[in-house]
Amino acid sequence: MSTPQEHPSGRVIPITPAPADGEGERVSLYQAHQKIYPRSVQGVFAQWRWLMVAITQLVFYGLPWIEWGQRQAVLFDLGARRFYIFGLVLYPQDFIYLTALLVISALSLFLFTAVAGRLWCGFACPQTVYSEIFIWIERQFEGDRSARLRLDAAPLSLTKLARKSGKQLAWLVLSLWTGFSFVGYFTPIRELTASILSLGFGPWEMFWILFYSLATYGNAGFMREQVCKYMCPYARFQSAMFDKDTLIVTYDQARGEPRGARSKKADPQALGLGACVDCTLCVQVCPTGIDIRKGLQYECIGCGACADVCDSVMDKVGYARGLVKFSTQNAVDHGWTWTQTLRRIARPRVLIYTAVLWAIILGGGLSLWLRTPFKVDIERDRATLARIVEGGQIENVYRLQIMNAAEQALIFKLHAQGLPGLRLVGGSEVQVDATESRWVSVQLRVPYDAASPGSHPIHFNIDATDPSGQALGHLKEKTVFLMPR
Amino acid sequence: MSDFISNFWHLYVAGLTLVSIIACLALLWFSGKAKAMTANDNTTGHVWDGDLREMNNPLPRWWVGLFIITIIFAFIYLAMYPGAGSFTGKFGWSSAGQYDAEVAKGQAQVAPLYAKFSGMPPEEVSKDPQALAIGDRLFMNNCAQCHGSDARGSKGFPNLADADWLYGGTPDAIKATLVQGRAGNMPPMAAAVGTPDDVRNVAHYVLSLSKSPHDSLRAALGKSKYGACAACHGMDGKGNHAMGAPNLTDDIWLHGWGENAIVNIINNGKVNQMPAQADKLTEAQIHVLASYVWGLSNKTVASAAK
Repeated sequence: MSTPQEHPSGRVIPITPAPADGEGERVSLYQAHQKIYPRSVQGVFAQWRWLMVAITQLVFYGLPWIEWGQRQAVLFDLGARRFYIFGLVLYPQDFIYLTALLVISALSLFLFTAVAGRLWCGFACPQTVYSEIFIWIERQFEGDRSARLRLDAAPLSLTKLARKSGKQLAWLVLSLWTGFSFVGYFTPIRELTASILSLGFGPWEMFWILFYSLATYGNAGFMREQVCKYMCPYARFQSAMFDKDTLIVTYDQARGEPRGARSKKADPQALGLGACVDCTLCVQVCPTGIDIRKGLQYECIGCGACADVCDSVMDKVGYARGLVKFSTQNAVDHGWTWTQTLRRIARPRVLIYTAVLWAIILGGGLSLWLRTPFKVDIERDRATLARIVEGGQIENVYRLQIMNAAEQALIFKLHAQGLPGLRLVGGSEVQVDATESRWVSVQLRVPYDAASPGSHPIHFNIDATDPSGQALGHLKEKTVFLMPR
Repeated sequence: MSDFISNFWHLYVAGLTLVSIIACLALLWFSGKAKAMTANDNTTGHVWDGDLREMNNPLPRWWVGLFIITIIFAFIYLAMYPGAGSFTGKFGWSSAGQYDAEVAKGQAQVAPLYAKFSGMPPEEVSKDPQALAIGDRLFMNNCAQCHGSDARGSKGFPNLADADWLYGGTPDAIKATLVQGRAGNMPPMAAAVGTPDDVRNVAHYVLSLSKSPHDSLRAALGKSKYGACAACHGMDGKGNHAMGAPNLTDDIWLHGWGENAIVNIINNGKVNQMPAQADKLTEAQIHVLASYVWGLSNKTVASAAK
């Protein structure tokens, strides 16, 4: 066996066990779950968070109920492979737009994270939003943090049972409604509503309603911060977007320390104390249960609850606000003002994210705008390469799939070009009903001496008109014509 | 049917599977007992490169519960489904069995649809838009591979959309073709015809039957030698449906047009086969498909229905 030293290229980093200050201890490899009882909080960021809760949930629960003409405005009909989004009908062939949407979402996440840290996590992520709603329900039944702590410690009583089961019931109802709304994006929600009473959902509808309900109930009711700490992949890679100019929740250590309780009348300087009164409210309100005074930690979702509560405490004791606040590493290190901090937003990382994001938004928007309301896929016939027909003409066969993405019947006129004497046999007009697709067999012929043996590029020109004769668009699709030897 | 060539492999796979699962369980149990040394600043106390430290971020205990669920799931799964060697599981599931069950389910679903058409004469079926749509799909899946997606065939594969039929164009004849298949066989006839020049002359005579371009002198010479062909193709060259002998007078050339193609066939003969569909398609499907194909070559009927 060879030791690492025998390899000149293999560099070995020695590990030195060096127990830091004080005695170490032997601990389990697993961490017991400690339930977190976040205290309710008021303030600017709490208001923002509730606003985001309201907006996201109005959209989520409300959107399936909006009608558009004769159908649901937003409906992802997986069975028929059509996505309806207001006036837009998307086919599987429009998958590129989903890609664009995902790229836009990812870049937006990069941009927001580079500028202001885990904004998404703290304000808009469904995990945060539903946890917030579920904790609000919990508070209605069991009271705020201290009351909940007392209730959990108390022996089982009739009141405790009533409060606990009331909360569970409310959670379940909300979860089921959430699952129902979710499925309402895939099965028309009005049909779903009609089948509530009879419980006549299809097996898949039933499964997904229950599955999504269970996920909501479990994640928002019980898992909460565990999802962010242990399961969420975005939480981990968002730190790659951080730099020293990213806004993060910071504790002003220089101003706060040494912390300590004091009388409101006492002069902290005389006592040798900093501004932190060590009320621990910042720890009590934290939904992930961390102490922000230890500095930035990976559990911090950037919700700003500690900043809100600290500001209210500073107001009470008559100190300046902002002991815990959104700030950047550079601003803290150099003592920058808010304006100086904001000026650093215009840095290459942010500008590049912004430029790429806008390029894709504009590109995607433009391509949606210029999109023809129909599609044609051309397949050469798989059996027949070429055949000789009357008069020695050469015939090739094509299968055209014509997809009408418009919500009215369209008439398609077909022409073929690319070889001398190339002509279409039979009728060149095809009608396709609204949002339907149709396969058509088409034969093209050329005189026997039109081209040399082999493959020749040709193209189909397809013009779409509505029944009144108004032109709606034009497509040019490439294919080949084979001449036999 | 066993997937293993000897019983050893069955025991090997089953044993390995079970031992692995039990080893996972044992690992969980031991790691639950084990303790790790930590420093009290929440690091593991390990230092690299002088200042790099490793935070102590233990896995949450509930995560272990997930591992245990997967192990319980594994045991239940192995009891129900094949996985432990050649043990087939309580459900006796197999992919072939699932396929058969789904095909049977699909057939049962469409049976009422086909039942409607089974009682109808083919001429009626070929006018029904629903039957046409079914027929089109059956054709695309089962026939278009050879006869082309427009049913017009190509060299060696007959055109089904014209009025020329090797074995007759009645619905019953088409159905018989679908059920039992057809084996067309033209023997090499050069010896019976005579010299190579005779063969060439007969080819020109055959061309003249359909008024195709030909050498009339050679055709006149070939006429006397045509007797060798007449047994099947008829004295008038109009072919014979009973034996699938093509009509030579209609200017339709399944195996190629022109003097060389005909000479080649007389010299070498031709074997051409249409495979039987009876074990691929149900009787009801063949009924709809035969009606659809009959409709293709009787366009006036079919187009009146559209």
